[in-house]
Amino acid sequence: MFEYNFHWRPVFRSLPDLLEAALTTLQVASLAMTVGVLLGFILAVGRMRETGVIYWFATTWVELARNTPALFQLFFFGFGLGALGLHLSPYLIVLAGLTFNTAGYLAENFRGGFEAIPSTQLRAARSLGMNPLQAYTRILIPQVMRIVYYPMTNQFVWVVLMSSLGMLVGYRELTGETQFFASKTYRIFEYFAVTAVIYYVMVKVILVLSKVFASRFFRY
Amino acid sequence: MEQTVTVFSGFSAQDLLFLGEAALRTLWISLLSIAIGSLLGGIFGWILYETKYWGGILVNPLLDMFRSVPLIVQLVLFYNFAPIVGLNLDAFESGLVVLTMYTAALVANVARGGIESVGRSMRIASRSLGMSYWQDMRYVVFPIGTRAIFPSWVGVALGVMKDSALVSVLGYVELVKASQVLITRTQEPLLIILVVGAFYFVLSYPVSRYSAKLERRWSQ
Repeated sequence: MFEYNFHWRPVFRSLPDLLEAALTTLQVASLAMTVGVLLGFILAVGRMRETGVIYWFATTWVELARNTPALFQLFFFGFGLGALGLHLSPYLIVLAGLTFNTAGYLAENFRGGFEAIPSTQLRAARSLGMNPLQAYTRILIPQVMRIVYYPMTNQFVWVVLMSSLGMLVGYRELTGETQFFASKTYRIFEYFAVTAVIYYVMVKVILVLSKVFASRFFRY
Repeated sequence: MEQTVTVFSGFSAQDLLFLGEAALRTLWISLLSIAIGSLLGGIFGWILYETKYWGGILVNPLLDMFRSVPLIVQLVLFYNFAPIVGLNLDAFESGLVVLTMYTAALVANVARGGIESVGRSMRIASRSLGMSYWQDMRYVVFPIGTRAIFPSWVGVALGVMKDSALVSVLGYVELVKASQVLITRTQEPLLIILVVGAFYFVLSYPVSRYSAKLERRWSQ
């Protein structure tokens, strides 16, 4: 049936390298996610002002991030900024592109979360003498977190999958590393099959861990 | 006596035509995969809804693979897998198959949610009015369900349109690949990248705004 000899040995020989690259993937994805969450919150708060410079800045960011391909965003941070004389390393291109994209998507989730909480909560907190920062960090954000937790988990999975675009800008995360080995040995199918399995396992582990996390944190 | 030979030539009107053709290819592969993928996704969604057991242990894990592995890995994997089983597919056909299955996997979950959103009492009512199973599906579940899932379906379709940029890794000259070709020749990355970004934005932004508007109106 198959007129093709599978050669798995080179793949297994470079498995340690692939697993290390998988860690790189997780590392860049986590960092992009962390910064993305912070920026997403700021953008969401900016979006809720409904007017002014901050609103327009946040809206432009969110709409650009949501309405253009992630690959385009990565190329913009790569070639686009390069044309302006700002040369980022492949790592920074991936990080900046993923963060920009994630912050835009999360901002909309967060905004939905904030809007689901009655505005009386904020006013009550303020009238109890809390300053705006306290009201946000102690009253609003804990409630918003419950609402946006699962969308956030999904977003993190997307970030892990999206980091595979690093291959196209020369960053050696899991997919980039796979491409590197595949072009060295020409065992393209075997390498990418193993990489697909690694991604699948990573995503499943993330989802299971997030459920365990949720059952601990949102018990009440 | 120094003579400079330039291998680069500037951006000309002909290049706009080249980009335009590439844009049409992006549209073509997106439209085809969204259309076929949504149809398949609807069928998968129905299977998931109707056969809780077999759907849960057979169909769902299968569809899950398309959601848990980066699209770029799926594309490279399938493109290199097809010749092994004796299929002779070019970049467009491989891209189409993968994008279609990817769409189907995403739509399946949406479609199942749509069928579930039709209240049980509504379906019992239609059956007790003498409708057959298929009449109930066709005249009750379909109209109510599609309306409920329309916004999320638009989200999936726009996502696939943007993700079709990844078919460029296989060498299919769609918009992003065309921009790469032009950048290499003209050395004017910023201009070309912005034109490409603008194209996606102009396509995606009005549709997402319109669907958000419909969603607001329907939820009232």
